[in-house]
Order: sequence, then C-alpha cells, then structure tokens
Amino acid sequence: MRPILLSGHERALTQVKYNADGDIIFSVSKDHVVCAWFSHNGERLGTYHGHQGALWTVDVSPNSEMLATGGADNTIRLWEVKTSKLLKTWDFATSIKRVEFSPDGRQLLGVTEKRSGHLGSIVVYDIDLDIEAEQTSEQALRIVCDESKATVAGFSYGARYIIAGHEDGSVSQYDAKTGELIFNTQVHEPDMMVTDLQWSPDRTYFITASKDKSAKLLTTNDLEVLKTYQTDTPLNSAAITPVKDYVILGGGQAAMDVTTTSARQGKFEARFYHKIFMEEIGRVRGHFGPLNYVAVHPKGTGYASGGEDGYVRVHHFDKPYFDFMYEVEREQANL
Amino acid sequence: MAPSYDNLPIEDDEFDEDEVDFSDLQEQYEVRLEEGLDAFVVVDGLPKVPDENKPKLTKFLLRKLNTVGKVKEDGVFMPLDESGTTEGYAFVEYSAPSEAVAAVKALHGTALDRRHTMAVNKLTDIDRYGREGKISEEYHEPTIEPFQEKEHLRSWLGDMEARDQMVMYRGDKVGVFWNDKEDQPEQVVDRDNWTEFFVQWSPLGTFLTSIHAQGVQLWGGKAWSRQKRFAHPGVNLVDFSPNEKYLTTWSHKPLQVDENNPVPSLSADDDGKNYIIWDIATGKPLRSFATLDVPSSTDAEGNPVKKKMQWPTFKWSSDDNYVARMTQGQSISVYELPRMNLLDKQSIKVEGVMDFEWAPATPRRDGIKTYEQLFCYWTPELGSNPAKVGLMTIPSKEIVRTRNLFNVSDAKLHWQSEAAYVCVKVDRHSKSKKSLATNLEIFRVREKGVPVEVVDSIKDTVINFAWEPKGNRFVLITAGEIPAASAVPPKTAVSFFAPEKAKGGVIGNFKHVRTVDKKNSNAIYWSPKGRFVVVAALQSQQSFDLDFWDLNFEKPKDEKEASEKDVSANLQLMSTAEHYGVTDIEWDPTGRYVATVASAFRHHMENGYHIYDFKGTLLREESIDRFKQLIWRPRPQTLLSKEEQAEIRKNLRTYSKIFDDQDLSKKNTANRQVVEQRRRLLEEWKAWREQMAEMLEEEGIVDEKLEIAKQKDGEGEIEEIEEIVEDVVEETEEVVQ
Repeated sequence: MRPILLSGHERALTQVKYNADGDIIFSVSKDHVVCAWFSHNGERLGTYHGHQGALWTVDVSPNSEMLATGGADNTIRLWEVKTSKLLKTWDFATSIKRVEFSPDGRQLLGVTEKRSGHLGSIVVYDIDLDIEAEQTSEQALRIVCDESKATVAGFSYGARYIIAGHEDGSVSQYDAKTGELIFNTQVHEPDMMVTDLQWSPDRTYFITASKDKSAKLLTTNDLEVLKTYQTDTPLNSAAITPVKDYVILGGGQAAMDVTTTSARQGKFEARFYHKIFMEEIGRVRGHFGPLNYVAVHPKGTGYASGGEDGYVRVHHFDKPYFDFMYEVEREQANL
Repeated sequence: MAPSYDNLPIEDDEFDEDEVDFSDLQEQYEVRLEEGLDAFVVVDGLPKVPDENKPKLTKFLLRKLNTVGKVKEDGVFMPLDESGTTEGYAFVEYSAPSEAVAAVKALHGTALDRRHTMAVNKLTDIDRYGREGKISEEYHEPTIEPFQEKEHLRSWLGDMEARDQMVMYRGDKVGVFWNDKEDQPEQVVDRDNWTEFFVQWSPLGTFLTSIHAQGVQLWGGKAWSRQKRFAHPGVNLVDFSPNEKYLTTWSHKPLQVDENNPVPSLSADDDGKNYIIWDIATGKPLRSFATLDVPSSTDAEGNPVKKKMQWPTFKWSSDDNYVARMTQGQSISVYELPRMNLLDKQSIKVEGVMDFEWAPATPRRDGIKTYEQLFCYWTPELGSNPAKVGLMTIPSKEIVRTRNLFNVSDAKLHWQSEAAYVCVKVDRHSKSKKSLATNLEIFRVREKGVPVEVVDSIKDTVINFAWEPKGNRFVLITAGEIPAASAVPPKTAVSFFAPEKAKGGVIGNFKHVRTVDKKNSNAIYWSPKGRFVVVAALQSQQSFDLDFWDLNFEKPKDEKEASEKDVSANLQLMSTAEHYGVTDIEWDPTGRYVATVASAFRHHMENGYHIYDFKGTLLREESIDRFKQLIWRPRPQTLLSKEEQAEIRKNLRTYSKIFDDQDLSKKNTANRQVVEQRRRLLEEWKAWREQMAEMLEEEGIVDEKLEIAKQKDGEGEIEEIEEIVEDVVEETEEVVQ
C-alpha cells in the first residue's frame, strides 16, 4: 500500500473529505486555502481562495456540486465545486468548527465556537439545490449549547436528528426540525473533548473520537455505546470503512508537545481496528505529526489522512486488505 | 436531636470537671521542663566503706568521673547510714547537663574492681522511673500472648502449573502477577500506593519489601499481609542477607533519635547513625553504624572525584554468619552474627584495601575439612610494593593465597556462583600510562594450592564480565579506544570463553571460543541455570539489541568450527530481538523466561515490558504508562537431592510430553472461548444491522448514495474516458546532406 503524498498545503491539515463518488478529495488547512485533488493519482484539480483565516472544516454536497467551508475568519462559505465561484458567505461572531450537509443536500449545518460572551451554537440553513439561485441568509434553526459547547455535529439518517459531540465528552441528540434537545449522555471520560464524529454509510450509527484515547461506536436512535476502541494516544479522528468491518483511528501526541518528542514516540499512526471484535489489526505509519483527520473512500477502496505535518496521505487498499478475514467471518462467508 | 440554642442545658450539675481523671493524659503529654537537676547523676554499686575511707573512695571515683566531664567542686555527696558507713551510692553534680548525659553513656556498667560494677543514672531518670509506686514490689509474671497461626510464607511455590510470580510497579500501583506466557498475567494482588519509592523481593522470595519515608515493610503470605516493619526514617536502600535472616537499611541522612523524635524500637544510641542491621525474625535492630568517610581522591587535574557509594556496604558471607565492612585503604571489619560483635574484637588490617568480596557459597577447598568462609580482596601498588590480590579465610583470618600484580589501574573481583573460581579483572596501564589493557587472573579455589591462571590475550579494556552460574564458562565485553571528540560510544566486542576439554573430568585451561565484534552491547545476563545468555545494549541511545546465545547448541559434528572442537562449548546465536528504550533485563528464577523493562525511573519513552522465552521468542509485550519495575519473585533452593534431579532430567521427554498436552488443551480452550466470543459478537452485530435496515425501510428513508450507485450500476458499465493530449514541444528541420 504505497501512499500518494499530497503536498499542496503550507500548514497543518484540519479536514479531508471525499465526495460521494470518491473521485475527488477536498482538503482544508490552516493556510486559508481549500484544495481539490483527484483521488486516484493525487493530482491537484484546483483551489478555492477567499477565506481570511485558518480553515477548520469542509464538506461537499451529495451531488458534488456545492462545497461548504468554515474557518477562523468567522464565515461559512458556499462554493460551486466546478468553477470555484463563491456562491454565498454567512458571517458569524465566532469561528466555525464544523460544517456538514444533510444526506439529501437540502440542509447545511455549522458549529460555531464559544468565545468572549458568545455561546457555542449549531446553526442550520436551507440550501437551494439550484446553483444559480440566491441562497438564503435566514437560519432555519439555531441550537444554543449552554451546557458545554459543541465541537462536532452531523445529520442522522433522513435528517431526523442532529447529533453533536461536546467539549465535556458527552454526545447529544437534537430534533433536527425543532432543535429541541432530546437527550445528552456522557459517552467519553468527563472533560475529554469529542474530537470527531463520522457516520456509517446508512447513518444509523456513528463513531466518535476523543482526547480520552478511545473511540466509540454509538447508535443514532438511543446513543447506546455499541463498541469501544481503546488506544494509547489522544485521538483526533475516527472513520468507519464500508465493505470491510473496520474502523480507522488517527491521533497522536498533542500538537503542542510534538516538537519535544520523536516521531516514534508520538504515535503518529493510523490505526485499524476490527469494528465488531474491537481488536487492533494494523497500523499505517508515515506522518510525522499527529493525524488531524482520516477520511474513507465511500466505496471502501482507500483512505486519506491529513496531518499536523501539512501533508495529506492518500492510500489505496491492496488485495490483502480485502482478503483478510477472521476465522468466524470466513465461516459466515462460506455459509 | 442536635443541641440548639433553645435546648442547651443552662447548668449541668452532674458534670464536674475535677472528677475526670486526666492523670494518664497528663503523664503522656507531660512537658519535661528543665528541672535544674539535669547535671546530677546517681552512681550506684559502690563499695560500702567507713567514713574515714570516704575521701579515698571519692578520689578514686573522681578519677573515673572526670574522664567524661568536670565534676563540680564538692560535687560528690555520699550519704552515711547510722553505723557511719557509706550506703554504696553517691550523688554527683557535673558542671553541665551534657556532661551528665555523657557520663551515663560512657560510665554506666563499668567495673570498678572484681566485685563492684558502677551503675550511673541521671538523677531525673531515677526520679521519673524509680519513684515510689512506679515499680511494683511484687513480681508479676508477664503475660505470654497466645500462639497465632502464621500464614504459610511459601505457598506460591505450590502452583499447579509451576508458574512464576512477578511484581510490577506502574504508576502508583504495585501488583503481583502470575506469568502466563502470552496471556495477560494473572493478578494475585494489586494495591495503590503500596510503596513510596520502589519494591524489592527478599533473596529467597519470601517477602516483598516496600520502602516508605518512615521505614521498610515486609509483606508476604497468601493474603499479602504485613509480616514485619522496620522503622528507619528517611531510608534509601535495603539489603538482605543471603538467607533472609538479617536486613541492612541505609539512609544518607544520619538518624535523629532523641526524646523529641522518638523512633519505635530505636534508642538514643542509634542517634547519628546511617546503617541499621536488623534481625528479620524479631524485627529488632542488632546494631547501627555511621557512614565512614571515604578519603576523597583527586583526578589527574586535581579536581575532587565524586565517589560512588558501594552498595551493599555491609557484605554478607554466604551462610549469614558474618557481615563485613571495609574501611577503604585500611582494614576490613568482620562482625559475627547474631551478636554483631567484631570478630576477635578487632578489625583485620589490610593496608590499602580497595575492595573485597565474599565467596557467594561456602567454599569446598581441597583438603579442608573445617568450617570456613572465604573472601577475596585487592590492594593497589603502595610505594615500591606491588599490587596484591588475596584470599582470606574466616574465622581463622589466614591468608590462603596472594598474588602480586604490576601496573594496576583498577581491579574488579568476580566470583563464580559456586565459589569454584574467582576472576580478578585487572585493568593495567602501560608504562607511559597511556593505553589500557585487561588481564584476567582466575583463581581456581577448589584445586590444591589454589592455582592461578592468567588470560592476557585481551587487547582492549574489558567493560563487563560475567561467569556462567553453576558453570565454568564466561562472557566478557571489550570496548575499543574512545575516539576523541565524538559523542558516539565506541563499538564493543563480545567474547566467549570456555575451558578446554581435558581427560579425566579435570577442567582444562580457559580458552577463547569466539568474539563477535562491531556490537553496541554492554550488558551480560546469564540464565540462572547457566547455558543460555543474553547480551544486550542497555541505556544506549541508538541500539536496543538483545542477543540470545546458547552455549550447548546441538549441531551436526561436521559443522563445528575448528576453534570450537576442543572446548566444552557449542556456541550458537539463537535469535536477536529489539526492545526500544530497554533499561532492565531479568531472567525468571527457573531460566525459562526473560523480562525486559523500559522503566520510567530512567526515561519516559514507551515505558512497559516484554517477555521472551529463553530462545528469544517474543511472547508478550505491553506498554504501560509510567511503568517502573518488573521483578521476578526469586525461588528458594530446590529440596530435591542430586539423584532426584538427575532422575527428572533422565525422564524429561516423558514429562515434556505431558506438559505439551496440558499447554495444548489449555490453548484450545482459550481459543475456543475467543472464537465463541467472536461468533457471538458477529451474530449480535448482524441482528442489529438487520433491525436497523428494517427500521429504515419502515420509515421510508432510502439511502441516497446507495440509490445513486444502484442507478449507475443499472445504467451499465462505468464510463471510462481516455484523453490523449499531444503537445508539440519543439520542431526543427535540418537538411541532411
């Protein structure tokens, strides 16, 4: 599995996303620029300029026509993927930590940071699927997180719920229509930030990563912890692979401590765990800084990781990856 | 109901403060004031003399009393009885209270003549302890506490699978575990903050020692209850005698024991001492010692050299009967146990002595039938006298053998575990004092006349040396010259030596077997049963290699290397492993497993442990935050006779078959359990997924992505577009002639 190194960013990567077809990778970094890449060979397709600060988040609509980005310049911007035309800018009082489209692409949510008198919130906009149309400035929904700020959030299946992970290690379920908090449970260790939340393909369950060195698989309906993946390093990201029942976890020593530690000790590896058996299967080395995000190809044929070291590494899985099976899995497969 | 203001009793007539008996508290917390009588002592046990002889006695007495201080003028008062003779005691006033204390310390119990022994006590003490009513006139028989059954201290040896125990100290937790090879070690006990500094096993594994600011505690038995406690405030190090009878504790701070700082079981005599030697069975101190000042030496440029303290300072003979300490450059003091008195009341003068080591076992010298213990020592060149290595027997103090050496920079003494040999590693400098070379002087202790064999074929300095336990082979590591201005430590070479094969069961001369060079190794760990040895690179920045060697490897005869034909060794490197950041290596007491530790005491990188089998196969690795110690629990010597052991060795194949079967069945059960567990997880997962799919269908939610994918699949093949772009870079035309 030889990775393709995407070295177009000048600063630490913050998020990496595949589009629905898996042929394009979008990456954002602290260097203010959004890049689009061909996933199969790592060639750069183009860039999106305009943001005035570090970028924290990116998402692409399910039909791959629109791209949403958010960052430290307190804006969410909507772009046309094809032409890099800026379609809309929404301004906020604080920076944007996360954006995500609903499964049908008709809604967009953003998570705002808590700072100097502004509480953290989750905002939702309705999106007009027509590229030419003027997008609304009116918020369809605004959820204020007065307990503990949200760090990550996303839409469940059918955009029924909004699930958010919080700074205090808890996960909440909100009604996506009314914004009402349905319930909140402490999933990770108290005061250990939830750093990532990624969905299974059908969005009936999801995985959360946390600074408490563990990742957890939760059900969407009742936030029940199905599986726990325990590691020895703070985690920044976790992803669920389709096709094979694996999860990929990424993290490493906190970025501020990295200069004092060797790459070997930093644990800057992507870790593969078996989703069902919760056992570690393998690790992929390469980054020389913590992994900030891991994204999986929607068809499960590869994954990309963005690191604090400023590189995106795109991996295409080899045959042995698909061939590997536990004894019991083989039994089931042969039935 | 809690008393509130409303129901507070206004006047409580039934309660009278005066009726409460505070006397016990008063006594306990009585503040001892300066009573003005602190300079007085009472001298008892004097002869009774008539009045006219009193001045004579006083004069005689004063001569004794004035040795420790100055008695005030007319400070001796001897009361007379009715008949005009003295009563056999005297009151003495010194000029200062400190002198009175000194008098009690120095003079109490000294003999005046054959019939009279002086008893000197402080007047205040007599008042305090001897006051009327304090001492009962009748004899009360002391109550003997009923016998309490103690726990069996060696129950761990009865493990059905003959597993070994190990103690692990990680974070603030100390736990004892059974070694289960590849599997998670089975916990026996695990406690938070069991020790404050480190843990240590006693040499036969009976006790686990924990070190606290207040002293040392020993734990053991099935319930891991406290067996003994030794109060030594500020203790830094402990050392057991080989048979667990005695314990030495050391603190770099001198003990402070006085009336303001009472320490249980220690008396004022122990004040200012650093070492205490304890009897483990009673828990009582036997004797305490202060640290001796090591004469400070200076290096070539005249800077003082910081001396490393030798530990253990008090060295035990193999049978716990003697303990000895060296006064560097002067003498060796040997104390007899259990009374802890100096052997023959004087230290053994050994001029210039630099180091000594007891034989680790009772030596069985040729033709010697009487009891003896042996130690080896060396002295450097003094003036025109050569350096010397000597062997001395105890208790006869006879020098059995000496050997003169020249141009000696340093020497190290290495005993073989059965005291059959002692190897003196002598670092010798050339005449110009520029280059160093090492000689090995091997004393064959058991042979008649103690012959010495010299191995002087080594060119470089030997940095490490180790005998095979219970064997007669050894391994050494040499280091080349350190290249100037280089931070890289020099490459090292590992050499193996074995005796030549000789006829008639005699052990032949030691011969070089093989040298492996260009290594980074610096540490040698022999299996406690011999034959196998691990050569490792410890505390190095670049290399963490562990080489597992076998010295009795069975290989086909014709493949033997020529140099190895006539020595009793078949050397084979079995495997090489690497453990990043390894700091400590330890064989288990049976020689079956090796544990390597990256300890948080030394650094904070990937702390944890590995367990290998004797062949060097990695069985288990675990990284644990702030992992500090892993120590195998030692085993006492086997109770089987030589014949019984030979019998077992003969039938090893039969036994090993049984054990293999046991292992296999155990593994199978374990595997089956794991497989069952996985199967269950998989079933559960599938059931849950189906449930979710049903739910989605009922809700009428279709997965857009899947839908799109399906449509595309339905449309047919994936469209592949191939674009061929040709660019004309440059075109030139040339006319060909």
